[in-house]
This record gives sequence, structure tokens and C-alpha cells, in this order.
Amino acid sequence: MNDPSEALASAKAAADRLVRAKRLNASLTPAKDLRKALVTQAQAAHPSGVLYGMPVAVKDNICTLEFPTTCGSKILEGYRSPYEATAVAKLKAAGALIAGKTNCDEFAMGSSTEHSAFGRSLHPFDKTRVPGGSSGGSAALVAAGVVPAALGSETGGSVRQPASFCGVVGIKPTYGRVSRYGLVAFGSSLDQIGVLGRSVHDAARVLSVISGRDAKDSTCEDRDPLRLPNVPESMQGFVIGIPKEYFPADLDPAVRRACDRVIRLFKELGAAVREVSLPHTPYAVATYYIVAPAEASSNLARYDGARYGPRFNGSEDVRALYRTTRGEGFGAEVRRRILLGTYVLSSGYYDAYYRKAQQMRALIAQDFRNAFDRGVDLLFTPTTPTPAFKAGEKLADPVAMYLSDIFTVTANLAGLPAISIPIGRIKGLPLGGQFIGQAFLEDEMLEAAYALERVVPATEEA
Amino acid sequence: MGGGGGAASWETVIGLETHVQLRTVSKMFCGCSTAFGAPPNTNVCPVCLGLPGALPVANERALQLAVRAALGLGCTVHQRSVLARKNYFYPDLPKGYQISQFEQPLATDGSLSFLSPERGVAMVTIQRLHVEEDAGKSLHDRFPKQTAIDLNRCGVPLIEIVTGPDLRSPQEARAYLQTLKQVLEYTDISDCDMEKGSLRVDANVSVRRVGQTALGTKTEVKNINSFAYVEKALTVERDRQIALLEGGGTVEQQTLLYDAKANAVRPQRAKEGSHDYRYFPDPDLPPLVLKEEFIAEQQTQLPELPAKKRERFAEKYALSVTDAAVLTAERAVADYYEAVVHAGSEADAKMAANWVMTEVLADAKEHGDGLRVPPGALANLIGLVRGGTLSHQAAKRVFSEVAEHGGEPRNVAEALGLIQVADTGVVGRWVSEVLGAHPTEVERYRKGEIKLLQFFVGQVMKVSRGKADPKLAQKVLEEKLAA
Repeated sequence: MNDPSEALASAKAAADRLVRAKRLNASLTPAKDLRKALVTQAQAAHPSGVLYGMPVAVKDNICTLEFPTTCGSKILEGYRSPYEATAVAKLKAAGALIAGKTNCDEFAMGSSTEHSAFGRSLHPFDKTRVPGGSSGGSAALVAAGVVPAALGSETGGSVRQPASFCGVVGIKPTYGRVSRYGLVAFGSSLDQIGVLGRSVHDAARVLSVISGRDAKDSTCEDRDPLRLPNVPESMQGFVIGIPKEYFPADLDPAVRRACDRVIRLFKELGAAVREVSLPHTPYAVATYYIVAPAEASSNLARYDGARYGPRFNGSEDVRALYRTTRGEGFGAEVRRRILLGTYVLSSGYYDAYYRKAQQMRALIAQDFRNAFDRGVDLLFTPTTPTPAFKAGEKLADPVAMYLSDIFTVTANLAGLPAISIPIGRIKGLPLGGQFIGQAFLEDEMLEAAYALERVVPATEEA
Repeated sequence: MGGGGGAASWETVIGLETHVQLRTVSKMFCGCSTAFGAPPNTNVCPVCLGLPGALPVANERALQLAVRAALGLGCTVHQRSVLARKNYFYPDLPKGYQISQFEQPLATDGSLSFLSPERGVAMVTIQRLHVEEDAGKSLHDRFPKQTAIDLNRCGVPLIEIVTGPDLRSPQEARAYLQTLKQVLEYTDISDCDMEKGSLRVDANVSVRRVGQTALGTKTEVKNINSFAYVEKALTVERDRQIALLEGGGTVEQQTLLYDAKANAVRPQRAKEGSHDYRYFPDPDLPPLVLKEEFIAEQQTQLPELPAKKRERFAEKYALSVTDAAVLTAERAVADYYEAVVHAGSEADAKMAANWVMTEVLADAKEHGDGLRVPPGALANLIGLVRGGTLSHQAAKRVFSEVAEHGGEPRNVAEALGLIQVADTGVVGRWVSEVLGAHPTEVERYRKGEIKLLQFFVGQVMKVSRGKADPKLAQKVLEEKLAA
């Protein structure tokens, strides 16, 4: 596409589709505002850009100039960022159209998008179920065919888990591959902007555009943007590791069947398959729920009502302002994690929790290096232990909710790239399988994903 | 504790934490200006405002200066140090944390020698030196019943310099600070202007019985806004602690604010909860890894430090230690002095020192616009005095004239008619005139009152309007009076 009239048509069509998908509550941008913004952008977009005219929705924890950035929180209701995220600026420079902001768990804390202050998003296949989270709005919009791709963000699986639930592709790049500038911080050492797409190619080409160095983010690697690999004919030469800890005895048999089917396909495609062990995997969720809340407790300290965002009652003195603003502005899950994080960083507990967790994190990363050092190119695992669960099912039990990220948090802790692609259906609901790759070798990972995507019976019951 | 015995039986133990603003154009973690005095909240951006999603990037220039300061204070600079978050809530701290250093600071284990008023040359250990960002400013008097926040200072680069408990009196604390300031000004690391807040001091104070080795309970004194107040605040706090202990009480570990108007300390309003800053490594900033070459490069950028320069001046220019100390107190003055010596003759070094310490510094103090007479001009002026062309008195007039209006000293002296007359005939006429006008004094001289010679010389200078060469005048007078 490089014709302005086509871009305009694309913009209007996306706006129309969004209106029809309104019931999903996946977008936080009112249809009228979105239509206007899309048309304005289509008129301004550079026809030479590689994503010219492509509508891309953006998770609401990524700063945009066109739309408010609320992180799904009351504490930022109506907040407009005076600057835009580097990833968003790169998308626009490539001619993409920012197709509104997507619903998410508040400050990306959650696995169901039920923890949004603006109501839960619905699973596009079954409105009684959740689309996953925290990038549930992005996943639902892509799955419903509203946009070909959307930006999400990951701290512990928040792109791959909803991608698995909604039957779309989700990529979490290597930590440092994409600038975090303008991504509202949750767990800074884990956070990374990711992409949800209809296909590996849609997700990959968006990732390629947003990747690369950024002087504004000290944790972003000084590297050229990711170059997309060619679609391979086979998986000849690939050694795929199957980490046994991701296939416990009590794994859902349907999930196991779906994965076994994929493993057979690997062999048919010419790949070598090898069982490996990542022995520290059982500690990953506990480690994650120390590191991420610790960083969050500090990252979210700035929301105090003093400078921006709404103030709640009782601003007589500054302490009261903090108490009411933070007490009423944050939802229960965010408050729970701030408390948890404050606790693990407190003097007297730091060594027992935060320092220990950092040590365990290093061991988890070492597990992966060991596997790769032994000749494994990529690891394959289920993305989630189950397909999409019912809304409300895990709300009363935070630990059950946390465990839905059991297969995804490891890649975040180790900073590795990972991709979830649909590998089958369980009682009509999609399920994803993931590749975990080596740091900054997204191209290899994408090559394998391309190969698998071509042959996997993604819409067939496992 | 009983006893008593007054202040003399107590020993004061002081350690200082000094925050120094680094002389950079931009802030520690963003590109905003550090200029002082801008309208409130104009030198700000998403990063220093702590807006959602913004990220810090360390300022390399600030790191250079911090490393230079550390080297100047004899510290070990660590090739790997860690930036950490210090978490606390305050309205002028937009992120809810300050980026500082905790477990792994930039530099440790330095020392600074200074001249103690009581102990002579003494040594202070520098326990650590770390980099951090400044917070904003809360203005409580701008609007009635409201607090205004100015975030211009937010993110300004600072170093914190922490001494060991090595200072033994409020006077020593002040002397150490003056020496520290001198080093930081010399190395061009900071302007050390306390009024602008670019140098701030917190003090830890305790007292113990003379002879005891264990430290007493300390208090922290804050809000000390000048060097003079350092001495006053610490004296007040020391006396308070001694009085408490002598009265049988105990010192409570607490933070005190100094009230300069009342010359008293009072406890800081207790912040909610305890001070648990929950330090942890800042995940937005990789560890500071400094290459060996980078550190070496900063070492080469260090100028000669004041103590070294003082010793060199005393030896090379045969000056007293006191004179050398005056001349090296400020780098600009020291550089000026050396320029004068180099432009003239090293033989005149002592004379040049006198000129700089008297006329030059007096002129600078009076006019406040620096060292106005170029070093070359002063060297020439000194040459004219040494060569007998100008009297010292006349040279002072020339100096003022050059300072005020510029010009070459010889030309100025000629224009003012101040060139000394060394012509025996001309001086002889002035002598005759003077002797003729004072017959009584001539009579007394001849009767043995030879101290009147100076009176005659003075009269000759007066008659010649300062132009007569006083030595020649004396010689001619002696001859004529003897005749």
C-alpha cells in the first residue's frame, strides 16, 4: 500500500470494525475520537513507510500524543502524556496509524484484563471468558480482526498469555531490543514492549519497526533494528529443546496432546528434538512475584496526586492527599503488589527476599544458558497451562491467577525473546505454544515460528 | 553519668556529609539546564518531572567531574558502581525516589589534609563519595497556607562527600569545609556557592569524655546555610549535648534543624514512620562501568591542588608559608601571581607577592570585578620600582590609574609626572630650596640632631611633588649639611 486514498480507506475501515467490536470493551478510545484520529493520521502518514496505512492499536500503558494514557487506572484517568513513546514514534515514522488505546489490567498487573478500572475485556470467542492479560485488549482486538497487529507489553507473560488465550501470535523480544521510553514502568528490569499480530509476519514486521537503539533508554541495546528472516522451507538444522519442567505430570492432557502434535511436526520438518532440563523453573513464579512487585512499589510511587492525575478527597495536608489518592486511585491488585514490593525491600527483609530473588533470577538465566550451550537453538513449551478461563474464576484467588503465568515468567526473568503462536483448540478455545530463543537471536526464533505456523493445525481440536 | 568538669573534659566528634553541585550545563539524567534563577518549573522535561514512562540517562560530564573530585580527594574510584533508588514520599520528589548510590558508591577511602586551628595539619578520612540527583524545592512562603513546588533543581547533579568522625571541634569542621571548598573550586568541579545551594552541609555530632574511645550517641544537624553557621550550629549542639549529659540526661539520636536567627537547634518534625528508604539498584540504569582510561584521563585533567601549590610557592619563590597560603587560597589569584612572576623576573617574586597580597587583593575586594591590572602590567610596574624610576608611593598611584583606566605603567607614570628625578643638579636645587626655608632645623642638625635628616628628605619629596629619587635626595642633603 502506498496510495493515500488506500491509507484513508484503511483508516476508516479500521474505525468501522472497532465500532462493531465495541462489546468486547477491548479499546479504551471512544469510536468517534478514534475515527477522527485515524483519518488525521492517514492524511499525515508518509507513503514510503514500511507500515504505511497499517492500523496498529496500542496498549494503554504506552504513551501516545493522540490519546490519553491511563494504564487502565483511575489514578491516571484522563492523563495525556506530553510526549510519545519511542516505539509509537517509530511506528508513526513507518507510516502506521495508531488505532487507539487498548484495555489492560491496571498498570499491566494481572492475567485477565479483569483488573482494569474501565471494566473487563471479553474473550472474542466466548464472552463469559477472559482474553488473558494484561495485554488482553490488544489480543482481543487482533483476534476479532479489528487490527492486524497491536502493541502490548510484558513483565511476566502479558503478551504471550493473552495471545495464547485469543489464538493470535504474541512476541516478547529480548530485554533491550525495544526501547522502553514511554512504556509506563511496572517492573523495569522485566518490562518490554511486545507485539500481538494475526500472523507471525504481521507481528514480526511491527517488531522490526519498533526495535533498535534509543539514546533515551539506557537499558536499550545499541543495535540495529531487527532484520526479518525469510520464510524457511523446513526446520532442517534446528535443535529444539523440550524442557521437561514445563510438562509436569498434572499438565492438562489436551495441552500435552497439542504440544505432542507440534513436536511431531518439528520432526517432520527436519528439526532435531531433545529433552532438556531447566532445574530452577519451579522457583520462577515466586522469584517473579518478589522482583516485579519490588520494582513496582518504587515505580508507582510517583502517582501521588501532587502533579498530575485526579486528586481524591482529603487533600488538606500532603500525607492525607497521598493516602486518599493512592488508596482510592489504585485498584486492589495494584495495592496488593505495592504492599508486597514495599515489604520485600524493607530493611530487615531485603536480604531474605529481594537479594535472594535476584540470586535465584541469575540461576534461572543460567539454566537457559546451559541448555543453549549444549547445542539447543530454541526451547518449545506450552504458553499457558490452560486455555482461557472464565471471568471471575480466579479473582478471589490471586495465587491461582499468578500461576497462569507459570510458563511465561521465565523468559522475562532471563531477558530472553519468546513467541507464542496458536497450536490448536481445546473445546473450541485457542491454545498457544511458545518458542523461547537466545538473547538477540529473534531472527532464528521467527524462522522457526514461520515454519511451524505454515503447518500447524491451529484451529483444530488437540 | 556524674562528674562534670565543664566543656574541657569533653571531646567533640564531628563527621560531615557535604552535598556539592557539579558544574555541568545539563542535569544528571536529562538534558535540562542547570541554570540558577530561572522562573519556577521552566527547566524541566518528562524525565526530571518523573512523568509516566520517562527514563533517566546518565550525564557523562557529571561523571567526569565526580571522578575528578574523588581523585582530588585521594579516593579509590571504583570501576563498577551502582546507581540505586532511595525511596521516600515528598511533593518535591516527583518520582517518589531519588537516584543515588548506596551499596556500591563511585569512590571510597580518600582523605583530605587541612589546617586545624587547634591541632595544626590534620587529616580527615573521606569514607565515600557518590553521585546523586537533587530534589526540587518546596516553597512554603509563596502563597498563604499553600506550598508551591519548583522542580527546576530536580535532577541537578550532586556528589555527596562523607567524612569519617574525624573532626574534633566546630572550628575544625569549618576549616575542613574551607579546605574542601578550595579543592572543589580549584578543580572546577563546583562553584561551591552556599547561597545558591550548590554546597550544603549536614553534620553528625556527638561528645564523649576525653580519653574515651567509644563514640557517644550522635545527632544529625541540618539546615546549615553558611560556613559561619557551621561553626555556630555545631557549637550550640555540642554545648546542648554536654549540658544534657552533665545534667544526668542522655542524648537522643535524632535529626535537628539549625535556626540561624535564634542560634538554636530544634528537632525536625518527625516524618511519618521510620526512615526506611528501601534502597535497591535502579533497574533503569545499568551499573556505572568506568574504563581505566576514563579514570586516568580525569587524573590528567586535575590541576595542581592547593596544598601542593602552597608548598611549591613557598619553596620556589622563597615565600613564608603564610604568604604562600594567602596567594594560593584561590586558584585565580595563584595563577595571577605566577603570571606576574613569569612576566617579570623571578628575583622580584617576593616583591610581586607583596603587591598581589596588598594592592591587587585590595583592589579586587573594593571593586569586586576581578583582578583588573593585567599581570604583565604589574610586572612592568614592579620593574620600574626596582629600577628606581618610580618611588613605591608613586607606583601605588600608577597602579590605581592602570586599574581604573588601563594603559602601560611607564606611559601612565610619565603622563602623571611621577617619574623619579635622579639628576643631581635638579635634586640639588630642591635641596637648596628646602635648606634655605628651614634655617632653624639646619642649625639643630648641625648641632648633632641628625635624625632631622628624614624631615629634610620628606620636605624635598614634598617640594619635588614626589618626583625626587629619595636616595639621591638623602645623599645630596648629607653632603650639603656637612659642608
